[in-house]
Amino acid sequence: MTPLLRVSHLVKEFGGSGWLRQRTTVRAVNDVSFDVRAGETFGLVGESGCGKTTTGRCILRLIEPTSGEVTFKGTNLATLNSHDLRLARRDLQIVFQDPYSSLNPRMRVGAIVEEPLIIHKIGNKSERATRVAELFTLVGLDPAHGSKFPHEFSGGQRQRIGLARALALNPSLIIADEPVSALDVSVQAQVVNLLQELQARLGLTYLFIAHDLRLVRQVCDRVAVMYRGRIVEVAPADELFLDPAHAYTQALLSAVPRVDPADRTVRVVFDHEAYQAEPLREISPGHLAALR
Amino acid sequence: MNSTSKPPLLRVDGLRTVFALPDGREVAAVSDVSLALNAGETLGLVGESGSGKSVTALSILRLVMPPGRIAAGRIHFDGQDILALDEAALRTIRGRKIGFIFQEPMVALNPVYTIGQQIAETLAVHRIARGAAARAKAIQWLEAARVPDAARRATEYPHQLSGGLRQRAMIALALCAEPSLVIADEPTTALDVTVQAEILDLLRELRASLGLALLLITHDLGVVAEMADRVAVMYGGRIVEDGPVGDVFRTPAHPYTQGLLACLPGTSDGRRLTVIPGTVPSLGQFPAGCAFAPRCPHRLGACDVAPPATTSIGADRRVRCVLHESATGVTS
Ligand SMILES: Nc1ncnc2c1ncn2[C@@H]1O[C@H](COP(=O)(O)OP(=O)(O)OP(=O)(O)O)[C@@H](O)[C@H]1O
Ligand SMILES: Nc1ncnc2c1ncn2[C@@H]1O[C@H](COP(=O)(O)OP(=O)(O)OP(=O)(O)O)[C@@H](O)[C@H]1O
Ligand code: SF4
Ligand SMILES: [Mg+2]
Ligand SMILES: [Mg+2]
Repeated sequence: MTPLLRVSHLVKEFGGSGWLRQRTTVRAVNDVSFDVRAGETFGLVGESGCGKTTTGRCILRLIEPTSGEVTFKGTNLATLNSHDLRLARRDLQIVFQDPYSSLNPRMRVGAIVEEPLIIHKIGNKSERATRVAELFTLVGLDPAHGSKFPHEFSGGQRQRIGLARALALNPSLIIADEPVSALDVSVQAQVVNLLQELQARLGLTYLFIAHDLRLVRQVCDRVAVMYRGRIVEVAPADELFLDPAHAYTQALLSAVPRVDPADRTVRVVFDHEAYQAEPLREISPGHLAALR
Repeated sequence: MNSTSKPPLLRVDGLRTVFALPDGREVAAVSDVSLALNAGETLGLVGESGSGKSVTALSILRLVMPPGRIAAGRIHFDGQDILALDEAALRTIRGRKIGFIFQEPMVALNPVYTIGQQIAETLAVHRIARGAAARAKAIQWLEAARVPDAARRATEYPHQLSGGLRQRAMIALALCAEPSLVIADEPTTALDVTVQAEILDLLRELRASLGLALLLITHDLGVVAEMADRVAVMYGGRIVEDGPVGDVFRTPAHPYTQGLLACLPGTSDGRRLTVIPGTVPSLGQFPAGCAFAPRCPHRLGACDVAPPATTSIGADRRVRCVLHESATGVTS
C-alpha cells in the first residue's frame, strides 16, 4: 500500500551565501526519510533544535527544501508549480504550537476560520458562514463567539480556533507542531482528546510533532526520533518505549521524570561527542534504527 | 504544624498577596498560604499557570512590586520576621541566606558582566571573598555546578552560553554565598529533558553536600515526585493540598490533585486522556466559594458558600475541601 505521505532524503540547509556557503551552512534537516500511512498518527520527537519544525515546514513547502522529495498522495510536491501547490495545500494543513502568536490579533476569530475558504474561493458568503459555524461546533466552541477577538479566549480555546481554521478545507493530513505544549496539563488533555475525536470522525492523518514523550506514547501509532537533523529510530509507539534500540532514544526516555517511583529506570547518558551518524536499517519488522 | 520541636527554617502563615487591577479593585493572587520548610528539606510547590506559585516565591523574598503588595500574613525565616525587616537587612538575606534560581536565566544574569564577574561580585557584596580570591572561588563554584572548562567559561558573557550552561551558571550564582534555603522557580522548564535530568542531578548533589533546603516550584508533577520530600498543590492562589510527596501522589485527597494526576499522559488506558473540564479562571474571576468548584465532579451546595478551610487528614497531610471537613478537626 502506498503511504499517504512519503518523505525521502529531505535536506534543509540554512544560512551561508556566496563563497562562504560551505562554512556557514547549518544542516537543520539531514537526509530525513519516513512514511506516514493514511489514518495514523505519526509522531516526530526530539529535543529543541533537532529539526522537527523545519521538517514540517519543508513538507508543506512553507520553506523550500534544499533537496529531497515529498510525495503526497502519489504527487511529488517539490515539482508542483505554485497553482498546483496551492491546490495540494488544501489537503495538507498545519497547526502551530503557540496559540497566542499564531492567530492574527486584529481579526475576529470567525474571520480567521473563514479566511482559507475565501483564499480558495469556496462558497458564497452565507455558505461560508454556515461552514464556519459548523467548524466552531466541530471543535467544541460556541459559534456565537465568532465575533470575538483572539485575546478574549483562553489558550486551549485559541488552539481550538487554530484547529477549526486548519479543518476548514477538509484536509486529509494535519501537521500538528507541538499543538499542546503551551497549554496547562488539564487543558492539554482536552485538546488532545479533541484531536483524536476529529481523527476518528473525519478520517484524518496526523504528523504529530512533540517533545513530551509521555504524550507521544499515548497518542501515536508510530514514532520517529530525531537527533541533530537526522532520524535515529522509527518504531510502533509501544515498541519504541518498551524496547528502544538507539542509545539516544534510550537516553531520552530515561530522562523523563516519573510520577510513580515504580516506573523509574536507570538513567542512560548519551555521549554526544562519540555520536556517529549511521543509516537507518530494519532491526525487526517495522522497527528501524540508525545502528551499524 | 511540624512534629519536630525545632522551628522550621522557613515558615509562612496566612500569606495574602494582592494586585490592584486597572479599575482600582484589589484581587488576591495568593490567599491564606501557609507552609513550612525544615533545614535540608525539599518542598515542591505545584500548580497550573496562574495558580500563584511565583507570587508566593516573590512574597517570601519581599520582591513583590506595585501594583502588587503583601496584604496579610507572616513570614519567618531563620528566626527573623521577614515582613518586619528594612531593605538593608533584606539584602543580606536575599542572595546570602536565601538563594534563588529563576526559570529564565537571562533575567537573573546581567548581560554586561561575565559570569565569573557576577559570582565574584556576589561574594564581595556578602563579604565572603574579594579580588583574586573571589575570582578563584567563582571558578570553583562553576566547577561545582559542573560547568565544563570553568576557568574559560568564567570569562564569558551569559549570551555566549547554551541554555543548560546558563542554568548551571545561575545555580553557581545562587549557591556561591552558601545560603541555607534556595528558591528555584521552574529551574528546568525551559530545558530539554536530558538537560533537565542533568540539572536535577546537580541540584540533588549540591543539596546533599551543602545541606540546603529547597523550595522547588514547577508544574511538572514528575519533577516533584523525583525531587521533593513534601508537596503543596496550589489552585486559584490557595494551597489546596499538601503532605509527603509519595502519600499525596498515591492517595490524592483533593479533587483537583486527583484530576491533575489522572490527566497525565500514560495514566489512563487506551488513547483518551482523562480531562478536568473547563479552564483555570483568570485573576479576579474566581468564584466566592471553593475556587475549583466550577470544574469539580464532586461539587456540593456547601462548596459555593465560602472557600473551604484547611483540614488535617492524618500524618502531616492537609487538604482544603468540604468533602474532608467533617473527617478530622479543622486546623485553620
Ligand atoms: N530560518 C532559519 N534560519 C536559520 N536557521 C534556522 C532557521 N530555522 C531553523 N533554524 C535552525 O535549524 C535547526 C532546527 O530548528 P527547528 O526549529 O526545526 O527545530 P525543532 O526541532 O522544531 O526545535 P524546537 O523543539 O525548539 O521547536 C536549529 O538549529 C535552528 O536554529
Ligand atoms: N505584576 C502583576 N500584576 C498583576 N497581576 C499579576 C502580576 N504578577 C502576577 N499576577 C497575577 O497573579 C496570579 C498568580 O501569578 P503567578 O505568577 O504567581 O502564577 P504561577 O503559578 O507562577 O504561574 P506560571 O506557572 O504561569 O508561572 C496570576 O493570575 C497573575 O496574572
Ligand atoms: S470543596 Fe467542593 S468544589 Fe471544592 S474541591 Fe471539594 S468537593 Fe470540589
Ligand atoms: Mg519546533
Ligand atoms: Mg510562575
